[in-house]
Order: sequence, then structure tokens, then C-alpha cells
Amino acid sequence: MNIIVFVKQVIDPEAPPSTFKIDSASNKAEMRGAPPVLDPYGQYAVEASLKIKEAKGARVTIISLGSGLMRDVVKKPLAMGADELILLEDEAFTNGDSWSTAEALAAAVRKTGQFDIILCGRESSDTNAGQTGAIVAGILGLPCVILARKIEVSGSKAVIEKVTSSGFDVVEVPLPAVITVSNEVGEPRYPTIKGIMAAKKVQPIVWKPADIGLDTSKTGAAGKRLKIQKLFQPVNEGKCEFAAGETPEEQAANLALKLREAKAL
Amino acid sequence: MTDYKGIAVFCEIKDGKLLPIAAEGLGAGRKLADSLGQDLSAIVIGSGVAGIAPSAITFGASKVYSIDAPVFKDYNADAYVKALEKAATQIMPAVIIMGQTDTGRDLAPRLAFKLGTAATMDCVDLSIDPVSKRLLQTKPVYGGNAQAIFITDTDPQIVTIRTKAMTAPAPDNLRKGEVIDVSVDVEETDIRTKVVNRVVEEVAGIKLEDAQVVVVGGRGIGGADGFKQLEELAKLLKGAVGASRPPCDNGWIPDTVQIGLTGKIIAPELYIAIAISGSSQHMSGCSGSKTIVAINKDKEANIFRHARFGVVGDWKKVLPAFTARVKE
Ligand SMILES: Cc1cc2nc3c(=O)[nH]c(=O)nc-3n(C[C@H](O)[C@H](O)[C@H](O)COP(=O)(O)OP(=O)(O)OC[C@H]3O[C@@H](n4cnc5c(N)ncnc54)[C@H](O)[C@@H]3O)c2cc1C
Ligand SMILES: Nc1ncnc2c1ncn2[C@@H]1O[C@H](COP(=O)(O)O)[C@@H](O)[C@H]1O
Repeated sequence: MNIIVFVKQVIDPEAPPSTFKIDSASNKAEMRGAPPVLDPYGQYAVEASLKIKEAKGARVTIISLGSGLMRDVVKKPLAMGADELILLEDEAFTNGDSWSTAEALAAAVRKTGQFDIILCGRESSDTNAGQTGAIVAGILGLPCVILARKIEVSGSKAVIEKVTSSGFDVVEVPLPAVITVSNEVGEPRYPTIKGIMAAKKVQPIVWKPADIGLDTSKTGAAGKRLKIQKLFQPVNEGKCEFAAGETPEEQAANLALKLREAKAL
Repeated sequence: MTDYKGIAVFCEIKDGKLLPIAAEGLGAGRKLADSLGQDLSAIVIGSGVAGIAPSAITFGASKVYSIDAPVFKDYNADAYVKALEKAATQIMPAVIIMGQTDTGRDLAPRLAFKLGTAATMDCVDLSIDPVSKRLLQTKPVYGGNAQAIFITDTDPQIVTIRTKAMTAPAPDNLRKGEVIDVSVDVEETDIRTKVVNRVVEEVAGIKLEDAQVVVVGGRGIGGADGFKQLEELAKLLKGAVGASRPPCDNGWIPDTVQIGLTGKIIAPELYIAIAISGSSQHMSGCSGSKTIVAINKDKEANIFRHARFGVVGDWKKVLPAFTARVKE
């Protein structure tokens, strides 16, 4: 079985909100002082692929699109246990919307030839879009199931537990299919020392638009349907009143008093 | 692009009623339709929904497109996309609005792809650009650290809206409108994904979404036992218990009570956040609360930038004392 997993390099979403800064000229953001990381939901997707690999045996290929991809970051899935890394690294691929990003990812998938399952994160931590999977599925003409918390392959189909707001649905889908993965699938495993050493030696395959037969007018900024007009930080001028006290009991009494005065209790 | 006119709202139905988010969508849609001087339509999909369709009129729609057949009884992505595609082709709306619900999250990107256009998910504000007459779509990005305003170049401009971000109008039972039946054939071969079972894991007691008081625990609670103390306070205040993501991931409490960007979005009167750092992703789910109270041992914790009242201290000491005071 061949599994393809999409992962993306992002600014660290877990860095303290106070380090978040916007460059309004480029409409881009950074976490000042924090190095980039692999998108958390992409890591859950890698974890899901490795669970299938353990259960059924599979070859796991990672595809990541971007520019300035730090090798330490994008090699993490290899260190976790994935087999191959393909980078779509070119300025022409970048600054796209979900669709123009999906065009390039789908073209790369086609070029790899063999695939049974394509996994991606439920939403990336920067766009919070949650659309790439569905659009890749659309382009490739494949069925798509979102928000998987468990994936079981049986013959030519997958049985998926899909997270819902009140529990989960059990969904059956024929393969090949695109599946997006949620955190309920389980914490991504830590890379082993052996895995990290092995990953260091792997040379990623790098593809440019021409390598995947992609017309550059379809990808990246050139292929966008959705334009960003403005990126801004909402103002939050909340003032916290602290309940004082020498002891926790005094603090608690003070808090109850303040809440009663504010008619919140 | 000028062929596309008006606003259409996909109104979800549950338990024989429109979901509150459908009314919120119609409220938002009405404002957009008025500022464009165009029509507001609703789309309903289901089985035996003839009695429900007219309620969209009371919330402001002038036309309701009703797709009513047994195959639409329960949500199925393939069937519903086909239905919406047909409705959209018939209505040719400039804008399609739906809720950022289990269904909307699944449908919007698929529909956008089918129609050759783009969707913007989880919008918190919608308005019409006075010059270009295009839809300005404000959506949180970077986990809520920022918001972006997007413009779609293609039509229809599809958006999902965040729960409680927009106001539902009061229903007006005297409002007149027209219900139009749309028939959609769904073939066996259209259905590629099949739902074979639906499992509901709802917790007992007051539902999180309906609770006026919510007591919420984070990673600092440390285990399932700690949540019992939160439950005691919640019960006392006739509220519900919620959590940030780590307690759910660790199995201390069911996943369905997760609050935040990828969990539930709520706006109670009182939100008591205990041992929660206040990440932007968590705050996305509760920033609309009337009063936020935080108990955290770290006085620099981000949660205090959102809280109205706070206690710096160990929750294990502060919470029992606070609960005792509330009992008085
Ligand atoms: C795309 C994306 C989506 C996400 N969606 C969500 C979401 O929907 N909901 C969500 O919650 N998270 C979400 N997250 C995760 C989020 O980024 C944070 O990791 C998470 O919210 C942190 O939870 P926390 O505050 O409980 O834990 P922490 O950040 O670890 O904070 C624990 C806090 O407890 C305090 N504490 C510890 N012990 C005590 C004590 N004894 N007394 C008092 N205080 C104590 C500490 O000072 C600290 O502030 C998402 C992340 C990503 C990338
Ligand atoms: N540039 C990219 N490179 C690789 N995978 C991506 C990229 N952008 C999005 N994805 C995948 O699509 C998922 C959802 O992204 P999004 O639709 O942007 O929320 C991510 O978790 C990734 O798995």
C-alpha cells in the first residue's frame, strides 16, 4: 500500500501570543524569536499513516510545498518513520490560496503514480482553512472524508471514524481516497535517535513546476481565486482585576465578592 | 460575474427545526442583500421538510428553495453537494452562506470546487465593499492571533460563518415569501462515502452550547480527578464543564467538551477558566463570553489578557475555597 501525506512548514502556533507580529506590507506574520515548525495537524496525519503502516505495511511518502523549507523541519516525518520526502520548493508555488496550493499537490501526487490513501491535516495552523484535502480530492476525482480519528483499511476500502460535534460517525469509503486527520487520532510519536540519524542521510527529492507538468499560472499566487485584502491583529484591551489576598481563601472570598458585585454570580 | 445576483443561505435543519446558525446566516444575509439591493433566498435540504421551509421566510428570506426527498434524510456529503450544486446553478447567487458546522465544514470546500470558485471558512464578519460590490470576508487566521479580510474573485462567493458571530433576527410570522421545490436526482453511483453508524457521546446534564455558566479546565488540572472538582462547581452554578484540548487528548474528559477553534464555540454569561494558559486557539472558542474569570498560577499567562477577573494561585487551593464561598 502507498500512502501520501501532506505536511507544511508554519510559524510556531504554540509560541506565546505576545510574540505574534504582523508585517502589514507583505500581509505575513511571524512568531518573533520562535523557529518554524511542522504544522501540528500535518504531524497528526503522519502519525495516522504510521499507524496504518504498522497494521498493514505501507510505503509512506511525504510531500511538502513551500519556499525556504528548513530541512530539519520537513525531515521530521522521516525521523518518525516515513519512507520518502518530496519537496515542492519554488517561489512559483507559494502565496497561493487553497485551490492553487492543491493544484500543485495534486500534480505531484499524479507524478508519484501509485497511491491508495492521501492524508492531510484537518486544517493548518496558519490558514485555519481546512480545505486543501477536499480540493485535492476534487482535482483527482477521489472521494474525501474529513476529520478522521481512526482509519482502518480493509481490502479496497477504508473504515473511518470521523469526528463530529456530538461524537463520531463511522464512514466507509472506497480507496483510493483523501482523508483529513484530526488530533483525536493520537499524539504524533517522537522521532527515535535512530530515525533522526537515518533522516539526516536522506536527500529529499525537489520538484519545480515543470517537473510535475504544472502550468505556473495555475499555482501559487498566480492561480489564486481568493485574495487577501488585509491582515490585522484584533485589539484586545481587556483589563483584568485581580482578586487580592494573603491566602488562597482570602483570594477566593474576594473573587466571589467581585463577581457578586458585577452580578456575574 | 454580473449574472450572479442575490444572497443564498443554506439553512441546516436538525430535529425538525432550523438550526440557530441558519437564522444567524439569514440575519447576515439580509444585511448584505439590502446593501446590494438584491434578494435573499434560503436553501433547505432534507426529507419531509415542507413544514420547516417556510420558517426561513420568517427570518428574512423572500424565496426558499426546498430540496425534499428521502435520500436527504441524513447528511451525506455526496448527495448534499449534488443538491446544493443544482440549487446554486438555478439560483445563481452572488453569495452563498452556510454555518461552520459539521456539515458546513464538509460541504463548503466541495461545493466551491464543483462551482469553480473559492470558499472562506469560519467568517466572523461579512460586508459589501462599497466600491467593488464584492463580499469582504473577515476570518480569523493563525489560530485567532490575527484576522484576515478576503475577497473572492469568482462567483458565487461562498462562506461559512462562525457560530454566534452574527445576530439572528427576531422571527416575523407575517412575512410573506415563496417556497420553490427543486428536484435533485441522486443515483447510487453518486454516493461514494457511506455513513454506516452514528455514535453520540453527549455528556449528561446541561449542554455546553446552552449553558449560561461554563467551568473550564486545562492541562494544569492534571487528571480526571481534578475535573470532578470542576463538576461540583458547575453543578452548583447550574452550568456545564468544558476543557481546553490537552485534557481531551489525555482522556481526562470526553472530546466533545473541547472548546476552541477546533472544538465548540460558545458564548456563556460566565466563563471560568482554570489552569488554562489562554492560547489563541482556545480563546477562539470563548472570547464572546460576557465575563471571563481565570485562575492560574502564572501571573503572566495570556488568559489574564482576556479575563475580566483573575486569581493568581494554585487552583487546587483556590477552587475549593471559591466553591465554598459560592455555596454560601
Ligand atoms: C490548528 C490548532 C487548533 C487548535 N485547536 C484548539 C482548540 O480548539 N482548543 C484548545 O483548547 N486548544 C487548541 N489547540 C491547542 C492550543 O494551541 C494549546 O496547545 C492549548 O489550548 C493549551 O491548553 P492549556 O491552556 O490547557 O495548556 P497549557 O498551555 O499547557 O497551559 C496550562 C496552564 O495551566 C497553568 N497551571 C498549571 N498548573 C496549575 C495549578 N496547579 N494551578 C493553577 N494553574 C496551573 C499553567 O500556568 C498554564 O498557564 C489548537 C492548536 C492548533 C495548532
Ligand atoms: N503548502 C503545503 N504543503 C503541504 N501540505 C499542505 C500545504 N498546505 C496545506 N497542506 C495540507 O493541507 C492541510 C490543511 O490545510 P489548509 O487547507 O490550509 O487548512 C494541512 O494540514 C496539510 O496537510
